[in-house]
Amino acid sequence: MEYVSPEGLRLDGRRFNEMRQIVAEIGVVSKADGSAVFEMGNTKVIAAVYGPREIQNKSQQLKHDRALVLCEYSMAQFSTGDRRRQKQDRRTTELSLVIRQTMEACILTELMPHSQIDIFLQVLQADGGTRSACINAATLALADAGIPMRDLAVSCSAGYLNSTPLLDLNYVEDSAGGADVTVGILPKTDKMDAKLPMETFETVFALASEGCKAIAERIREVLEENTKQLEYRRAA
Amino acid sequence: MVMRKLELPLSQTQKVRFKRAIERLQSLSSTANSDASVIVTDSIPVNHDDAFLKGHGTSEVDGELLATVCGVVERVDKLVYVRTLRARYKPEVGDIVVGRVIEVSQKRWRVELNFAQDGVLMLSSMTNPDGEQRRRTSVDELNMRNIFVEHDVLCTEVRNIQQDGSLQLHARSEKYGKLEKGQLLKVDPYLIKRRKHHFHYVDTLGIDLILGCNGFIWVGEHVEVRDPMIIVDQKNDETVSSSTNNTLKDQSHTTLETRQCICRIGNAIRVLSNLGFTMDLEVIMETFNLSNSKNIDIYDMLGSEFHVVVTENEAERRRAKRRN
Repeated sequence: MEYVSPEGLRLDGRRFNEMRQIVAEIGVVSKADGSAVFEMGNTKVIAAVYGPREIQNKSQQLKHDRALVLCEYSMAQFSTGDRRRQKQDRRTTELSLVIRQTMEACILTELMPHSQIDIFLQVLQADGGTRSACINAATLALADAGIPMRDLAVSCSAGYLNSTPLLDLNYVEDSAGGADVTVGILPKTDKMDAKLPMETFETVFALASEGCKAIAERIREVLEENTKQLEYRRAA
Repeated sequence: MVMRKLELPLSQTQKVRFKRAIERLQSLSSTANSDASVIVTDSIPVNHDDAFLKGHGTSEVDGELLATVCGVVERVDKLVYVRTLRARYKPEVGDIVVGRVIEVSQKRWRVELNFAQDGVLMLSSMTNPDGEQRRRTSVDELNMRNIFVEHDVLCTEVRNIQQDGSLQLHARSEKYGKLEKGQLLKVDPYLIKRRKHHFHYVDTLGIDLILGCNGFIWVGEHVEVRDPMIIVDQKNDETVSSSTNNTLKDQSHTTLETRQCICRIGNAIRVLSNLGFTMDLEVIMETFNLSNSKNIDIYDMLGSEFHVVVTENEAERRRAKRRN
């Protein structure tokens, strides 16, 4: 199948280095300590953070000198084309783990001993790149909850189809079977589905990194606006 | 909790009025400290020649001071720290807090305080309700549920913060203890400033208002603080019949007017919290009076019109304050 037209346009009309529209909003769940909605084109994820709070299940506490980070990822039944029945499958569990590890690496957990931080992620619409959208949403929610972090973890995917590196794959491109890399900037790079020669990997990786930077820029804007709003309303 | 985006059905005129009030607030505060707000990983400008102390919310990476939370940079002498806005409560010794009991365990109560861990109130750091010295007996321990049970709301003081971050409370005064006949409201802790007084008695309405430093606010019917010495005196003076009279009085119902006042003040606090304005007694009572003078029903206070009115009022108030 033709994923990139001779004019260099993709199926949804984007260029190879173009991202989908990003919409980010903070403070959507009123009861949570921090929350955010993150949209990348048709992919939409809602994140809620609770904590740091008292550890609910003491047996889960492995280290006593730092906070416990828990993450629950789920996909709404209406999020994909055909209705999903299965609640927990291996993909979900794996994704929860990946997101949890990423977030744990960027939260300064040693500042909050004997407490736990819960991150709940729900995919409302899935159109490729849910993993990236989840990490971005979680970052926003954590920043909103005032939890100290080393850095803003951001993520973006890139793939290689029709011998062109493509940024921010949607569902059709994602399921085309080409190689794709999801890059989380700050500490972690994760997962590749198909083989990719070293030199093309370099370009694909660079493209994804560029994408991450653009997302980080957007996230910073949102946070900055939010912080300013809160401060001047509060005023002394 | 603060609604960052006010999700109220505003009519066109209300929208314009709200926007204008918000802009006024913005212009009022912009001169104060304009670019002090930072977000995660922003670098904080410091003079490296002078010694400086890095405080909360900062970390030093490659000789550069970075923020680890979103908030406002504060400088006190050499100390540089970031004051977070929306975050959980950070306790300080001596803070007056309002909390909810979630567990009765061995010699202690666990109290929910909107902190990273539950607060601990030891039985030994409680004075008896009648001001007597507590005897450490097992009977006393068994009777703990007579004092507080799960879900009771209480008011205490932060006694100390342990090395591992856990929080100890005490209630060694008559003013602390169980709170009844009222409402508990939860707001973001950054909206409440530490003051000399956190207990307020609105004598015109007969209402007690406790602004807990942890963002929990208690609005309830006024109860006389019983001075243990006076009680002892009364006991000597009066006969048995009067004491039964007292217990009858305790069980009496709160009058309708008082209950309405409690709800009205409660809703005033909710509106202020929705809008993210700092609260103290003065602001809360002003909002309360505003709703009265505008003849707004209690249930209408959470509607769009009152939110707009309060925002305009706040802008006006801050401007008046600036002039003085």
